[in-house]
Amino acid sequence: MDTSAVPKEKLLDMYRTMVKIRRFEETVRDLFFQGQIPGFVHVSIGEEAVPTGVCAALTDDDYITTTHRGHGHMLAKGGELKPMMAEIFGRATGYCKGKGGSMHIVSYELGILGANGIVGAGIPIATGAALASSFRNNTAVAVSFFGDGASNEGTFHESLNLASLWHLPAIYVCQNNAYAEFTPTAESTSVKDIAVRGVAYGIPGVVVDGNDVLAVHEVMLTAVQRAKRGEGPTLIEAKTYRWEGHVVGEQAFVGEYRDPEEVEAAKRRCPIALFAQKLAATGFVEAAELSRIESEVERELQDAIAFAQSSPLPDLAEATRDVFAA
Amino acid sequence: MRDIGFIEAINEALGEEMERDPSVFIMGEDVKLGAFGATRGLIDKFGPQRVRNTPISEAGFAGAGIGAAMAGMRPVVEIEFASFFYCCWDQICNQAGKLRYMSGGQARMPITFRCVFGAMGSAAAQHSEVVYPQLLAAPGLKIVVPSDAGDMKGLLKAAIRDDDPVLVFEHGRLGFTRGTVPDGDHLVPLGKGAVKRAGTDVTIVAIGAMVPKALTVADEVAKDGISVEVFDPRSLVPLDEDGLLASVAKTGRVIIADEGHLRGGAAADLAAIIIDKGFDSLNAPIKRVTALDTPIPFSPPLEEFVLPNEAKIKAAVLAVMA
Repeated sequence: MDTSAVPKEKLLDMYRTMVKIRRFEETVRDLFFQGQIPGFVHVSIGEEAVPTGVCAALTDDDYITTTHRGHGHMLAKGGELKPMMAEIFGRATGYCKGKGGSMHIVSYELGILGANGIVGAGIPIATGAALASSFRNNTAVAVSFFGDGASNEGTFHESLNLASLWHLPAIYVCQNNAYAEFTPTAESTSVKDIAVRGVAYGIPGVVVDGNDVLAVHEVMLTAVQRAKRGEGPTLIEAKTYRWEGHVVGEQAFVGEYRDPEEVEAAKRRCPIALFAQKLAATGFVEAAELSRIESEVERELQDAIAFAQSSPLPDLAEATRDVFAA
Repeated sequence: MRDIGFIEAINEALGEEMERDPSVFIMGEDVKLGAFGATRGLIDKFGPQRVRNTPISEAGFAGAGIGAAMAGMRPVVEIEFASFFYCCWDQICNQAGKLRYMSGGQARMPITFRCVFGAMGSAAAQHSEVVYPQLLAAPGLKIVVPSDAGDMKGLLKAAIRDDDPVLVFEHGRLGFTRGTVPDGDHLVPLGKGAVKRAGTDVTIVAIGAMVPKALTVADEVAKDGISVEVFDPRSLVPLDEDGLLASVAKTGRVIIADEGHLRGGAAADLAAIIIDKGFDSLNAPIKRVTALDTPIPFSPPLEEFVLPNEAKIKAAVLAVMA
């Protein structure tokens, strides 16, 4: 997909989303190292083009499920920085009142049916949201984001079979970042391209450059059209790379398990830099516009940190609320 | 009042709730055919969109039910046998039970899971288990265990209307029983136990298929002048603690009869609650009558040996009265 196929405003929105994800996650990582964030944190730095390209094809009515590495999906689907940051800080003002944390930030209002700490667990849930949509003439699509590791879970295979069988408006986005926890994909996965697994279930499987936001966006638009026409699901494999470790702070226990040159090579294909180059080449996006976006994001981010830091911790009474419906 | 079969009660409850609320649909293995009768004929009335056969993919379709519930539907998912919950354990315990809480109350989870459970005659260990004790330990799940046709219908209807995940355990042996069901829109509220027989000397707290056995024992020992009260909690989560403790306070002696295992079971849990909150009423130690702590064996005499039955309940009654 060429930049000319997308309105300028949308292109700039996509750029803003990618920068927001990058800076949010860099900040969260740094705050974690400063001891300001409890628990553990997984970041998707270097993978920003996938959530951005995918969610740019969705509306607020569409559903997504995401993973333990879900900040990017949450932001791309419209999540606000303040309640996200507050949730990560375990504060009462967080999206989940401090009961979910980094791995579980969600906003149902935005159609986000769960970030999930269990690998592969969100895949059947998105399938079910697509099933609900099928009762309403497929007016909404449901996207499940998951990693290469999850494509080896039974839930992945069961879901693709179900969705294909029932022609559900589901889109399965495998964000292949080359590592399942600490194990290279090639060591854990029987096929080179996870997309070929679509063949087993009679659905299209598409490989796309996960560092090219417009390429991701283009395959998504096709998948959304197919889903809304009632023709069923699509499996998209967006190949990208996880710049950071599986979990922030892993250096303290896991040691070196990747060739530093491999990481450096991936960084030379930064999805944000690649997109900025494309935008610059259009002739209608000024460098100043991009730096204005960057500083706006920066300001918003600082506000979010201040909001999180100054927000109250949850009242202890909150611990026993929300187990069941009121 | 009408006299209907236990399975007929399930069928009526499903049909009435589907009639009442278009967001209710059912799915599971062989639900179109209704292999055991519970869903038979619903396909003719409600069509294939709302009566959906699934592949044998428990994790897949349990998860799909959860997603559909979150996205506006009110699914009733059939997990054929309780032991098959193990195949979708993550979806039940980690997802259905937790997503409302983890999202700070955002997630809606109006989903019902139905299953057949318990020993029903040489089905062996993987088709005879009770399984609800393990789920009782998982927060966020409601658990109901009807003991007769009337409660079956009323509890299932209430479960479907409930906004939380409710697991309905239908004992295989009860499938052949008949009972009276009130006419009209019969609902049994979750968390409300029932005194199935009033008595003054000893309370038998009986769960599921243990209720008719307890009633038989009550008849027998009445001849010896022992007055037994049979209390059926009907739902284990939420639990009618007031009803339970009131019965204990009345009789001062307690037998808990459950087909689950002795260790870590529902009987152990109820006994602990009674000791915590009703200790002063007790005139004798609580006796639990449960299955032995073994898998349920296949061969008929072995199966009979490990399961709780009338003789074992009666022996416990006589022991606490001695």
